[in-house]
Amino acid sequence: MSLLAVDGVTLQYNNGTQTVIAAHRVTFKVDRSERFVILGPSGCGKSTILKAVGGYVKPAEGSILLNGKPVVVPGPDRIFVFQEFDQLLPWKTVKDNITFALTASRTLPRREAEDRALTFIDKVNLTQFANTYPHTLSGGMKQRVAIARAMAMGPEILLMDEPFAALDALTRARMQEELLRLCDESKFTVLFVTHSIPEAIRIGTRILLLTTHPGRVKAELDARGADPAQIERLLFDGKLDDGRKNVE
Amino acid sequence: MWNSGVARKVLLLAILAAAWEAYSRWLANPLLFPTFSDTLIALVSSITSGRLPRAVGFTLTLLLKGYIAGLALAGLLTAFASATRLGADLLEILTSMFNPLPSIALLPIALIWFGLGDNSIIFVLIHAVLWSVALNTYAGFRAVSPTLRMVGQNYGLSTGGYITRILVPAAFPSILTGLKVGWAFAWRTLIAAELVFGVSSGSGGLGWYIFENKNQLLIPNVFAGLLTVILLGLVVENLIFRTVENVTVRRWGMQT
Repeated sequence: MSLLAVDGVTLQYNNGTQTVIAAHRVTFKVDRSERFVILGPSGCGKSTILKAVGGYVKPAEGSILLNGKPVVVPGPDRIFVFQEFDQLLPWKTVKDNITFALTASRTLPRREAEDRALTFIDKVNLTQFANTYPHTLSGGMKQRVAIARAMAMGPEILLMDEPFAALDALTRARMQEELLRLCDESKFTVLFVTHSIPEAIRIGTRILLLTTHPGRVKAELDARGADPAQIERLLFDGKLDDGRKNVE
Repeated sequence: MWNSGVARKVLLLAILAAAWEAYSRWLANPLLFPTFSDTLIALVSSITSGRLPRAVGFTLTLLLKGYIAGLALAGLLTAFASATRLGADLLEILTSMFNPLPSIALLPIALIWFGLGDNSIIFVLIHAVLWSVALNTYAGFRAVSPTLRMVGQNYGLSTGGYITRILVPAAFPSILTGLKVGWAFAWRTLIAAELVFGVSSGSGGLGWYIFENKNQLLIPNVFAGLLTVILLGLVVENLIFRTVENVTVRRWGMQT
């Protein structure tokens, strides 16, 4: 059985005047230890799909099953890593951010939570910053703390919503490598959303291509040996003149 | 030495005190304007006689009662406003109506409703605190970023835990602003209320101390009382609130 089964899910939201369909009958399955990437241009509803898996958005139709159980509300078995730098609690130190996540979700008692926090801070090479407050960290460091926090929770699946999109190119490449190393170490299951084709090929084991307005599944392919040009053709039907050509 | 802000300010204070002393000596009219040294002597003797400390204690006790009651009501109002749309409308209407109304203007009617005594002053103090605290707290809650909200929900916290451990700290810069503004309103309102109605409310607070000494033409004591009002205001606003700010929003890099 797949860890995560998204079946015929349609997501819509009301923008005040009309109902907008963000994703239309999207179906995919994620197996354990997979790094499943949802790739598509802005407006294809990929973030909304991730939020639905997180339990923040209710599907208008279809079902989302995690370990065979329907996803209803957000919970610590699906931990989010966001793109925004303000996802760390600014009133807690790096270490306390992770400890709080563990104790608030009743994953671990306080003492063990602290030990686990330090272990994961070490994994992302931030040991000397364990007792500093987030506002003193750079963007890349903040994202590393967020990733360490998410991994320390030991969720069934990590939900990553373009976590490196706000970083500069160099930091981004380093973070991708670091994420791959951490995933190889602990066999995390990752559902990763991005609009960057190179990032999808680099991070993913499998890639789901979504087209836009509304988001529909265009294709699902193996990341290994995937051809960026072919992905681009699939995403845009060869029409690259509308300014959506993805340059990375 | 010149680069130390404290040193510069102490120097300025010394110059102001010297100017006061010089002008009052030149004026030589202790009934209108006592010298700085006479004021200091009056201050020390009022403190040692225990009259001034009693007045201060009385005023601060009353102030704390009103402040805490105001905070409690502000908490209720904010909770109601955050929970329902009707509550939000109610908060908006009430604050826009009552915020521009100086609390002291309510004292005459409060004296009729609650009689002479602490209760009418507490009522006025609540009015001084309530609106600014409720408005700022509510605005602070609303301004908590969607990302932070989602992070909080991700941990599966209960509603109470989510409010106290995510929303309140995230909104704390705004809440602190509300507390400061509320305190400033309450402090000025209380001194004014004691000054004008101190005798009728039977209070022995700081405002009443000033008023009574003026009646007896003990002008140095009047100045000593005014100095005490200034000093207490400075202590609370610059020492207590500044310290709270330093260990919270400033350390968190959240100050607005």
